[in-house]
Amino acid sequence: MAEAKHHDEPTHHEEHIVSPKVYLLIGAALLVLTATTTAVSYVELGDFNAVVALAIACIKMTLVVLFFMHVKYSSKLTKLTVGAGFLTFIVLITMTMTDYISRAWGRW
Amino acid sequence: MDSHTVAAQTAEAAHTEHEHPAFLRHHFASVEQQRETATFGMWLFLLTEIMFFGGLFCAYLIFRNWYYPAFVDGSHSLHIWAGTLNTTLLIVSSFTMAMGVHASETRMRKALVGWCIATIILGCGFLCVKAYEWHDEWVEHHVPGLNFSPEGFMKVNPDYPADKPLQLDMAEKTQVYFSLYFAMTGMHALHMIIGVSLLTILTIRAWGGAYTSGHVAPVENFGLYWHFVDIVWIFLFPLLYLISRHQ
Repeated sequence: MAEAKHHDEPTHHEEHIVSPKVYLLIGAALLVLTATTTAVSYVELGDFNAVVALAIACIKMTLVVLFFMHVKYSSKLTKLTVGAGFLTFIVLITMTMTDYISRAWGRW
Repeated sequence: MDSHTVAAQTAEAAHTEHEHPAFLRHHFASVEQQRETATFGMWLFLLTEIMFFGGLFCAYLIFRNWYYPAFVDGSHSLHIWAGTLNTTLLIVSSFTMAMGVHASETRMRKALVGWCIATIILGCGFLCVKAYEWHDEWVEHHVPGLNFSPEGFMKVNPDYPADKPLQLDMAEKTQVYFSLYFAMTGMHALHMIIGVSLLTILTIRAWGGAYTSGHVAPVENFGLYWHFVDIVWIFLFPLLYLISRHQ
């Protein structure tokens, strides 16, 4: 009875067991991306060395968060929490950087 | 009958009326709800950690723009092989930890203990490589406030013969690079040491079967912490070691 009522709750979320195959695939992808980022750092790309390295780091982070940290399979509550946290973080970084970039605006 | 007796009787009644696992706290309706709540709390904690390390990353990016030649030369004094090896060790340890969570979910006690021990060994491997690098930096006089000397940066680095030697004022500014380097890798290593210590306790309890009878939350939330520490390193590695290579 109590169990049936519990299942009607809007916050109800069925736990999902992630298959070891997914972990193996993600682990392999992360190792390939590590090899790629190290290899690319030996190629002269000017400013794009930093862009490529940080883009690869962001891809790796996304894979870890979605699969190793189960966010892809998590409840809406967890997804919203993680999303709101990252959004706040990006807002703070962007505003700080905007300030520093624009301090000497036009005086280069 | 005093209030203590009543309270004791109520708790007693709660135990006899509803059969539930010993690890389920009374203020939760179900194991599932308890696990969801713990994960929510863990993520809130990790978000404060993201803000903490994020502040350090932000400081690094701003100072790198201010003292660019010093940051490039500081970065050139690191070993890329050590950073790559450590990234590999941490990623493999994240995989073994994820498999540990899987073993806890599928209630395989020996597999859980095995994956945890593998994670501990890989974590200690990371710390050994880091200790080797720190020792190297100590020998080279690159530790601000303790034994720093700018002389090494006023000569041509044999690994980067195209680099021009720095003037004394800019060579002194490599201290800003190394201060942030030690602050960030130090805080990261502290998180690793705390992680390995917690995981040792978890492994001992897991050996006793504490986490293979439906009580997944402690292993799962430790996994979240461990993966978070991995993510911090995923960003430290390119920022400290890679992006200044060709400048």
